[in-house]
Amino acid sequence: MLKKSNIIVVTLGIALFAFLPNCKKGAATATLASDAASRVYVAPGEKDEVYAFLSGGFSGQMSVYGIPSARLFKIIPVFSVFPENGYGFDEETKDMLKTTHGYVPWDDSHHVEASMTDGKQDGRWMFLNANNTPRLARIDLKSFETKEILEIPNTAGNHASPFATENTEYLMAATRFSVPVPQSNVSIDSFSKGGFKGTVTMVKVDKNTGRLSIELQVLVPGFDYDLSHCGKKKSHDWCFFSSYNSEQAHKMLEVGASKKDKDFILAFNWVRAKECKDQGKTYNFGGEYVNNFKEENKPAVSTKLSGVKMLNPKDCPGMMYYMPTPKSPHGTDVDSTGEYIVGGGKLASVIPVHSFSKMIEVKDKKEHHSTEIEGIPVLKYESTLAGEVQKPCLGPLHTEFDGQGYAYTSCFVSSEVVKWKLGTWEVVQHLPAYYSVGHLSIVGGSSTEPYGKYLIAMNKITKDRYLPVGMELPQSAQLYDISSGKAELLSDFPTVGEPHYSQMIPAKLIMDKTAKLFPLEENKHPYATKSENDARIVKLGNTTHIYMTAIRSHFKPDIIEARTGETLYFHVTNLEQDYDIPHGFAIGGAPNMTNLLIMPGETRTFKWVALKPGIYPFYCTDFCSALHQEMQQYIRVSP
Amino acid sequence: MKDLLFQTLSKKNRLLILGVGLFLVLVYFIPIWAISISAPQYPEGLGMQIWINQITGATPYDLKNINLLNHYIGMKEIISESIPELLFMPYVLAYLIIGAFITELVPKVGMAILGIINLVIVGLVGLFDFWRWEYNYGHNLNPDAPIIIEGMAYQPPLLGCKVMLNITACSYPSYGGMILASSLVLLVYIVWDEKRRKKSNVV
Ligand SMILES: [Cu+2]
Repeated sequence: MLKKSNIIVVTLGIALFAFLPNCKKGAATATLASDAASRVYVAPGEKDEVYAFLSGGFSGQMSVYGIPSARLFKIIPVFSVFPENGYGFDEETKDMLKTTHGYVPWDDSHHVEASMTDGKQDGRWMFLNANNTPRLARIDLKSFETKEILEIPNTAGNHASPFATENTEYLMAATRFSVPVPQSNVSIDSFSKGGFKGTVTMVKVDKNTGRLSIELQVLVPGFDYDLSHCGKKKSHDWCFFSSYNSEQAHKMLEVGASKKDKDFILAFNWVRAKECKDQGKTYNFGGEYVNNFKEENKPAVSTKLSGVKMLNPKDCPGMMYYMPTPKSPHGTDVDSTGEYIVGGGKLASVIPVHSFSKMIEVKDKKEHHSTEIEGIPVLKYESTLAGEVQKPCLGPLHTEFDGQGYAYTSCFVSSEVVKWKLGTWEVVQHLPAYYSVGHLSIVGGSSTEPYGKYLIAMNKITKDRYLPVGMELPQSAQLYDISSGKAELLSDFPTVGEPHYSQMIPAKLIMDKTAKLFPLEENKHPYATKSENDARIVKLGNTTHIYMTAIRSHFKPDIIEARTGETLYFHVTNLEQDYDIPHGFAIGGAPNMTNLLIMPGETRTFKWVALKPGIYPFYCTDFCSALHQEMQQYIRVSP
Repeated sequence: MKDLLFQTLSKKNRLLILGVGLFLVLVYFIPIWAISISAPQYPEGLGMQIWINQITGATPYDLKNINLLNHYIGMKEIISESIPELLFMPYVLAYLIIGAFITELVPKVGMAILGIINLVIVGLVGLFDFWRWEYNYGHNLNPDAPIIIEGMAYQPPLLGCKVMLNITACSYPSYGGMILASSLVLLVYIVWDEKRRKKSNVV
């Protein structure tokens, strides 16, 4: 183990060692405290202390783990179809994946954001971005289900998203890939000539319902906007976006976008932006987008929308400033007090920290401006700088805060997490990561009140960590205890997809609020069948609606007669009102449709076309009772 | 004895009788008896409550779920409508309460004794009826039930706990039952107290 990790480090080049004077390399420091096992042990029947919500990366989903045990509890389907429960397939949820590009049943989801009230996690919703086909989702933590998906127009690569303001007034979404806005067929060369643009979108979150809507967009210079975090307390009005490729290179970005010594963190005053909108400084701009909303126990409603209010920075002075930040910054993170904005210059040899108070002090003083880009003043680096963490590591990316005055920064290249002190900028500890850590997450670490006890590092590579399973190895998360002076590695565990970011929430905030079932009497599904007496078959020409009930251990009606060419809709209502008793529904050989998993009191619809004469069994797929195997019946298709 | 029967209740005991009457009114609003069920699959338990006029689940869905479990063994569905006793039980209770108020007008020890007799009869008949009800539910099973175990009956205990297949059923008086029992104790106390008073008067 020791050897291999040394090899990895060596391959990075011996010259790079110079940056790491204090850092012991790789696995050599992986001495697990002897009691680490007992600290992650959650005895049978006991509950974990923390919920961890991990983004699914290229799986497009979100996964829920218990911490400290690191047990996987659930995968919540968000942007990708999910055969386990029919998400994206059945009549209720297939519209959730509608976009202006049509039905898009996959995405790449990077960032999880927790809803907050007064800067503290409130356990109501989780938000997740879709990077590939720009979208943003709201997951309800009462049911752990995706309730809403909003497409973001006039953008490409929804990466700096969805980052919430302190009270979840807004979610921010910014362009990773600048493109012509509005879209047009132009020469790709025109990127370098300013022909490509970025946008920053303010998505409003309704305080009570959580419903999402686009408040406005700001047209920004065509850089690549990478990540974001919003301010807190004194910096409440501001959100900060990192950017790279301020060179506006359009080929071989590896070199072209890494030339300048400094790119920018964009400071965005969203309160000012809203003010300018209210003063009528925006203009109507095009952009088609789709909003998909799934009300509890009802089919999703997909609405096509068009047009946004667009704002140009030069029409709204005081709204945006660029803070130069070395070098190709990736993460931009605001500490729990709202004062420090930490840049993760992924190619930089320092961790630059901007001071919010300094920024406020100098932002409108000409002598502190170096230039202006498309109406956005560029402040001088030294003018906003609070300090630099010197030679912390290689490839600093993301920073989270423990609320005790310490910051933890993940370092991709040197594969470690460094702990350093805010204010003195001194590195106090190096924690090896196995390997190539991207984001890290502390329980409540991006809120004003971190709970602070656990930190997980989300790693891209797991060579030599687990049993080999072919060429693609799992990604992993590594759990540290950070409650005492010295952080300790407790365990690591493989994860679903490639988790990019996570939000961890103390269990007590959520566990007693989750729903156990859908009350039948409140079931407002248009095709609900609330009692077996109402189960029936309704033929309308070539379409048949089967109002079906499921209860332990039978379906009703149980014998279905159909003609070839007929389209059958099985509207199955689970009549159970018992916690954890879903019923499944699948038909042998059904094309285009997988399975239904119907929660107690829920109605879901399985569409089936009778193609060929014959007898087709259908059955319950979720082992529901001792007579589960008997929960099977037949469809007869006659010519 | 006859003297005692016609002895006028003391002021304190009259108040106590009034208390018993008012106390009994509470029985309309709380369950009399409770049967709880636990099984490995029901770590949170299931419960059933017998009220003066209805049977309910301990939670809004418990009765439904108990019936769902019972259908495997072919037990008839437990619903309030299938128990005619529940139709007249409220009147029996009203009779007891009115008895207490009449005692305020005719405050004789004999009335308290009558109350004791009434309560004991109601209690005994009630318990017997409850047992009979349990017996019928536990024994008259559908011969077409999915699960039939030779010689097995599913009668819950009248009082205490009993294991039936994988289910432990416990049956205990609930608050209403306790009120009925304490009313009886109070009445016995009143009669005892009156008897003691009579003796001390004689001395
Ligand atoms: Cu089933």
